[in-house]
Amino acid sequence: MALLEIEGLCAEVEGKPILRGIDLALPIGEVHAIMGPNGSGKSTLAYVLSGREGYTVTGGSVRFAGQDLLAMEPEERAAAGLFLAFQYPVELPGVGNANFLRTALNAVRRARGEKEIDAINFLKEARAALRRLSMADEMLKRNVNVGFSGGEKKRNEVFQMALLKPRLAILDETDSGLDIDALKIVAEGVNALRGKDFSALVITHYQRLLDHIVPDRVHVLSAGRIVRSGGPELAKALEASGYAGLAAEAA
Amino acid sequence: MPAVAETIETVSAVTEGGYKWGFETEIETELAPKGLSEETIRLISARKEEPEWLLAWRLKAFAAWQTMTEPHWARVAHPPIDYQDIHYYAAPRKKTPKSLAEVDPELLRTYEKLGIPLSERAALAGVEGGQVAVDAVFDSVSVATTFRETLAKAGVIFCPISEAVREHPELVRRYLGSVVPAGDNFFAALNSAVFTDGSFVFVPRGVRCPMELSTYFRINARSTGQFERTLIIAEDNAYVSYLEGCTAPMRDENQLHAAVVELVALNEAEIKYSTVQNWYPGDAEGRGGIYNFVTKRGACRGRRSKISWTQVETGSAITWKYPSCILQGEGSHGAFYSVAVTNNHQQADTGTKMIHIGANTSSTIVSKGISAGRSNNTYRGLVRIMPKAANARNFTQCDSLLIGDKCGAHTVPYIESRNATARVEHEATTSKIAEDQLFYCRSRGLSEEDSVNLIVNGFCREVFKELPMEFAVEAQKLLAVSLEGSVG
Amino acid sequence: MSAALQEVAEGFSARFRKLAPRLPGSAEARQRAASAFRARGFPDTRDEAFRFTNLRPLADVSFAEPDGADEAALALLARVPANEGPRLVFANGRFRAERSRLPEGFHVASFADEPMLDGAVADESAPLTVLNTMLAEDGAVISVPEGVDAGTLVLVSLGAGEAGRAVDFHPRHRVILAAGARLALIEIALGEGVYLHNPVMEATLGVESRLLHVKLQNESTRAFHLSSLHVGLDARATYEGFSLVSGARLARSEIHADIEGAGAMLAMNVAQLLDGERHADITAVIRHLAPGGSSRQAVKNVLTGRAQGVFQGKIAVDRVAQKTDGYQMNQALLLSDEAQVNSKPELEIFADDVKCSHGATVGALDPEQLFYLRSRGVPGREARAILVRAFLAEMIETIPHEWGRSVLENAVDSWWKDRPV
Repeated sequence: MALLEIEGLCAEVEGKPILRGIDLALPIGEVHAIMGPNGSGKSTLAYVLSGREGYTVTGGSVRFAGQDLLAMEPEERAAAGLFLAFQYPVELPGVGNANFLRTALNAVRRARGEKEIDAINFLKEARAALRRLSMADEMLKRNVNVGFSGGEKKRNEVFQMALLKPRLAILDETDSGLDIDALKIVAEGVNALRGKDFSALVITHYQRLLDHIVPDRVHVLSAGRIVRSGGPELAKALEASGYAGLAAEAA
Repeated sequence: MPAVAETIETVSAVTEGGYKWGFETEIETELAPKGLSEETIRLISARKEEPEWLLAWRLKAFAAWQTMTEPHWARVAHPPIDYQDIHYYAAPRKKTPKSLAEVDPELLRTYEKLGIPLSERAALAGVEGGQVAVDAVFDSVSVATTFRETLAKAGVIFCPISEAVREHPELVRRYLGSVVPAGDNFFAALNSAVFTDGSFVFVPRGVRCPMELSTYFRINARSTGQFERTLIIAEDNAYVSYLEGCTAPMRDENQLHAAVVELVALNEAEIKYSTVQNWYPGDAEGRGGIYNFVTKRGACRGRRSKISWTQVETGSAITWKYPSCILQGEGSHGAFYSVAVTNNHQQADTGTKMIHIGANTSSTIVSKGISAGRSNNTYRGLVRIMPKAANARNFTQCDSLLIGDKCGAHTVPYIESRNATARVEHEATTSKIAEDQLFYCRSRGLSEEDSVNLIVNGFCREVFKELPMEFAVEAQKLLAVSLEGSVG
Repeated sequence: MSAALQEVAEGFSARFRKLAPRLPGSAEARQRAASAFRARGFPDTRDEAFRFTNLRPLADVSFAEPDGADEAALALLARVPANEGPRLVFANGRFRAERSRLPEGFHVASFADEPMLDGAVADESAPLTVLNTMLAEDGAVISVPEGVDAGTLVLVSLGAGEAGRAVDFHPRHRVILAAGARLALIEIALGEGVYLHNPVMEATLGVESRLLHVKLQNESTRAFHLSSLHVGLDARATYEGFSLVSGARLARSEIHADIEGAGAMLAMNVAQLLDGERHADITAVIRHLAPGGSSRQAVKNVLTGRAQGVFQGKIAVDRVAQKTDGYQMNQALLLSDEAQVNSKPELEIFADDVKCSHGATVGALDPEQLFYLRSRGVPGREARAILVRAFLAEMIETIPHEWGRSVLENAVDSWWKDRPV
């Protein structure tokens, strides 16, 4: 059964159509990659799925674990197990990372009818997760993303993901701006979560992340539509031939 | 438990509705007839068995007040106040108690509802790793003061000011009105004429006050103005941290509160004064609520003395308040940390004055204003560098946050420098909560209201970290309560 | 108002009664201004808008109407930097056609011939404009038609009076830019002796028009300069102003800008270089009355001797003015023990989706920077000059008009030459 079923999804930004009929089924436990040139609608898809304002759905439907995803508030989507790793994580001055995460974690737990986690156990879990991601404990004391380097921000996203344990992670160009070491850490973070209860949509412009997170399927997005789908070998083929040929094919 | 910490839990258990402190206590009260005249003042003075010099001082203040007019420069608007329609004295009818056992049990129950540890045992049990002494002012009379013995052992005097007038007349006479003169401004003059009680703190030379001192104010009786007067003196090398919390019952009509607080810090002394003000703000339509017209001023008289004001202002229909520092002693330091929240129809015009007189004086101002509903929130501050204040330093950070499009946020700083070696820096911003921050929090599962609270708390953090810990927790919760209903 | 100042005000009111029959323009507007002025007179320091500037020194002088013998003033034309294009010359407030060069391609007339008193007339918040409205006799009326780039126009104002025979003049300038019009207006005011120059300029900027306004105020150090600029901006219009204030015994420059059309942009850069007993006040009120506007104010004071600099700046954002971006920066350098600066940067905000901020700093030159320069061999006085110019540079160097920039640069240079700092 598919965890995420997107059917005929159309969306626009400021009156401009960006998604023009996306069809995609993501079965439970699978990792799919979405690739495509700049402006093809990759980030729009991520924002529509996570419920950001300013993205108007003009057609189609999205079902997540059988629920109507588009009818849910952003926090409800998170509680239901959806997680977006942002391409450009925002800074929250004055908000400590630990406090932020525990608040988020407990909100999600409450919504799921689970028991809240106390400060001591939270710290234990958080520190363990940090160690797995080769990150310093000091990360918890800092304000959310404030003064973080690009790589630190991305790793912080993966750290949050590790703690919130989503059923579906959407990684929006998490590889952009990362050096190879950071890239490996991010990939390990994702791979550690892989299993029968975890699915992911990995959005990327380049193939190199897919060397480390090997997808079950690859979809190519162009001008707001999926123009081709295939196995991991499709990403390699794209690497060789580029997107230009595909766009022509689609048109 | 500290004076106002955890009141939310305590009180929400016994009350309902938007303003969770809005219960009234049924106790017998002695009221002076309404109206202000020499007779009223003589009556107050007589009831309090005051010496002749204090009566004379009050009458002089009254004479000055009669020549003055209400100030109108603040950005607040209210119907005219009828100063003859107010009771200037309200006291629980029973005699001043000698010990806790003599306190009216009904009164004790009120404090219990408020979460005030009037009995020493409760206080000890409630505080983790710290102790707080409480002087509770119920309407006009200080009812009981806890921890007096422990403090006495350290040489600290902490008692109602009316008692200090009797027991320590030389100290009161030397310092009363020395920072805020009787005729300083309209409301200070009014207070000087009619003040009924308040706290008195004296920390002698070299003493570090062994616990946080606290006063809890509550306006109870109908149509009574509360005019408390607080005087705190820290002698050379002394230290004291003082906490003030305020609530009032819900009422349709407005009540006037015109307090005066004077602080005196001598050589290398330090006074920290923290306020969590949660007077009844009026209902959602702007009916009722407290008019909070307060004069607070500290004098850093001694070299390297320090005074800091920290305030969290969430209540009152109108707040008019500028806790100030006169930085006279060489190398003295003044600080003002403020969070002012207005919602519905509240109006706040608050800020500070830092008057740099001595050389090497420094001051820090951090003000965070949050406006929601149809409220108006103004920061008004003065930094004045006098010609002798060589190397003076000031830093001011003043941020406003708007929640909703019916409110107003205003910033009115005055910067006056008359010394070339002084350095003054001022920064101010006004914005709304950023959509992307809100979305980020919500995408992590927080409700919109929780997200706003989290971001607003982050916005206020620089100020909250100046509060004693229990107060900081209290302040965060108050913030959430004050902003209830402002989102969405 | 002090009794002495009251007397000055009464003198102006009496003058109005005498001149009224022959003053050009709407008699009704004049009467309204006259009664407003009679009722209020000159503001005093109890007036919030004048808390830092006392007009009392006006009472030290007895003023009279210029008698038309303006040769002393005209002689000062030699001190005005030469330019080749169109130039309007005013001497003691009167337009001197014979010394002016009128432009082609757009309309310029004298206020005496084509009076316009339709805008800011008796606004309570601008008492100096009220005085001007009552007594204005001449001025420049400049009108640029739709889509026309009018190039550069220089407006010269010369004043001269002597103690005992001091004059006052209240020119009324009107600038109208139609949609898409452009104009670079370079204003130079200088003079000698004792006089009061109280000009009002009203500028109406049509849709997508652009006014570049460079002003040098280098009045006589015994003169009074009280000027008011009222500018209204329609949608996507741009006002960009640069001024240098170094003259006058008492100066007050008011800027009242109303952003009335969506997406309009206003930038205002002012530097005041003051010494001796100068008192100079910049008071700006920027009102955002339409969405998406932006305003930038940068005011720098350099003060030495016993000079006093004042900056009052207010950004007021109306409820409808969402997406406003307002910024105000105000810096002062105090170079002597007795100089003084007062500032009041104010925000008044009623719209929630805005970004407004201000910053203010007051201080001396940075001793570490000074030391660094000196340790490289730069003498103290020069090092200070370098740092002060660096302080002013970002304002003057960004003037997008070569000749205008050179006028202000030269004025700064000669200011330094004349004064041992």
